[in-house]
Amino acid sequence: MSPILAQLAERFESVTWEESHGQDVARVPGENWEAFARAAKESGFEVCADVTAVDRMRSRPERYEVVASLLSMSHRVRLRMITAVGRENPSVASLTPLWPGAGYAEREVYDMFGIGFEGHPDLTRILMPDDWEGYPLRKDFAVGSVPVQFKMSHQVN
Amino acid sequence: MDDEQTVKTEGGRPPANPETETLDIWVAATEEPEFHPTDEGTQELGPDESDDRLDDQFGRVVADDYLFDDEVAEEERTVLNMGPQHPSTHGVLRLHLELEGETIRRTKPIIGYLHTGMEKTAEQLTFSQGPTNVTRMDYLAPLHGELGYSLAVERLLDVEVPPRAAAIRILMTELNRIASHLVALATNGMDIGALSMMIYGFRERESILAFFEKTTGLRMNHNYIRPGGVAADLAPGWKDDVAAILDDLPKRLRQYDDLLEKNPIWLARTRGVGVISPEEAIAYSITGPILRATGVDWDLRKAFPYSGIDQYEFEVPVGENGDVYDRYRVRVEEITESLKIVEQVMDTMPKGDYRIGDRKITPPPRARIDESMEALIHHFKLFTEGFKVPEGETYVAVESPRGELGCYVVSDGQARPYRMHTRAPSFYNLQGLPIAMADSLVADTIATIASMDPVMGDVDR
Repeated sequence: MSPILAQLAERFESVTWEESHGQDVARVPGENWEAFARAAKESGFEVCADVTAVDRMRSRPERYEVVASLLSMSHRVRLRMITAVGRENPSVASLTPLWPGAGYAEREVYDMFGIGFEGHPDLTRILMPDDWEGYPLRKDFAVGSVPVQFKMSHQVN
Repeated sequence: MDDEQTVKTEGGRPPANPETETLDIWVAATEEPEFHPTDEGTQELGPDESDDRLDDQFGRVVADDYLFDDEVAEEERTVLNMGPQHPSTHGVLRLHLELEGETIRRTKPIIGYLHTGMEKTAEQLTFSQGPTNVTRMDYLAPLHGELGYSLAVERLLDVEVPPRAAAIRILMTELNRIASHLVALATNGMDIGALSMMIYGFRERESILAFFEKTTGLRMNHNYIRPGGVAADLAPGWKDDVAAILDDLPKRLRQYDDLLEKNPIWLARTRGVGVISPEEAIAYSITGPILRATGVDWDLRKAFPYSGIDQYEFEVPVGENGDVYDRYRVRVEEITESLKIVEQVMDTMPKGDYRIGDRKITPPPRARIDESMEALIHHFKLFTEGFKVPEGETYVAVESPRGELGCYVVSDGQARPYRMHTRAPSFYNLQGLPIAMADSLVADTIATIASMDPVMGDVDR
């Protein structure tokens, strides 16, 4: 583990650390999400490379996972921080005040999973139409299909 | 009427006003008259043609953020809608521009017009079908998308591809970087008005796409780099094709320099336009040539090398000012560096297999199917069920022509990814567009969009 990660691990006892295929992963409780992110930024993670989410509908009691990939250019270290978000009114603190670059990514997560981000300046749908109902990347959102009306389809049995 | 006709026009000059004009007639051997400069002289040395003005015209002055002097009332702000159907928005990018006179105050990109739910589609496709999906995201750099996906799946499988497969991947992705940057140069030139750049850029790109077609079967959307290696070995005579590209492109790059570097219009329209500072670029997660143009020396090929790219020698070109010109320059120099890598890969191409021998992951050779029952079973199982990937999650990033292309794959132990997310570089880089365009002239919009080189397939996925 890189020294800046060891420093972070010391400061936050509630965070569990994992190694996933050679990458450092920090599982952060939801209430420490922002404080941990702030500490990570202060210790050298200048870039929030990515924010996304996973819907663990059946396998975990807390349905969603919000995943943020942080990058420290000065130390050449990556860190993935993951927090579990509950089923009812899913929401977590926004990282956009810390890293403005997380703004679009969090809008995408909101758009696709319906997870709210407290403190986000402009939490609106980004890829789907504004009046879209439902959250497409949730596991209970069916893929569905659009019926295609072929000209001669009534003759085929 | 009679008066006008009596005024004679001499030598095309406008008729003199008889009230103010005094005629100086110099008669030889009289006193020499006072010297009056002619009109031709004033054209040469007017006050506008000072050195400062020339600096400005030749684009040597960098001054972004043109400031509008007069106060403009709130109601005089106009909102201009640009796109999504606009030839210079590189697809279906829509912009809300808030203008004060000719100055852009705020910009809001509106995206999603090309959203096709490819991350949802990825959950329906098996791991071996996955590359057909990701290759359609960034359609100008399809091989980088395939590489990121394949590396992520291979990391979950905990397998390593043979050296030849890794070298072929580097060869193809670096050629793809050149092809993608050529499109960026071509469209950048066309948007600003250097129309011939469009023809030249696409002509050279076609020579690379012809090589891709020979190797992968398709010009774009290759599905060539797959988990476990690549789909096919390089075609016989590939060295000659690559050598021809290596021989031709440096000459062409010199022609582009002649076309653009000495063109005062090109310089005036790119220098000091659309400036992004390094601090802004880092804060807004901007990567790739746009980040490097601000002077930040950051390239994933150096920082987190993949597929053995660290064994080849190349430089990371950086800019200084972070303007449109520097982004163009960084791309041109990256083409030169990629040519260096391609040459080294060509000279040191290892022998061996182009995919791993594990028949649970890669299909057996076609000829074996007729001979071996086991091969037939493997073939059938792979193309109906696919292969299962152990439970886990990983994030792998490669340096695409547009920046950090990351692939986050979550597997629950089945043959299909539980979740596949792509960190699309264009999506994040687009956040820099409002910063680059703030307080600049509306005429610079096109130049700035073109220099950000967004691929809407990558933005919307």
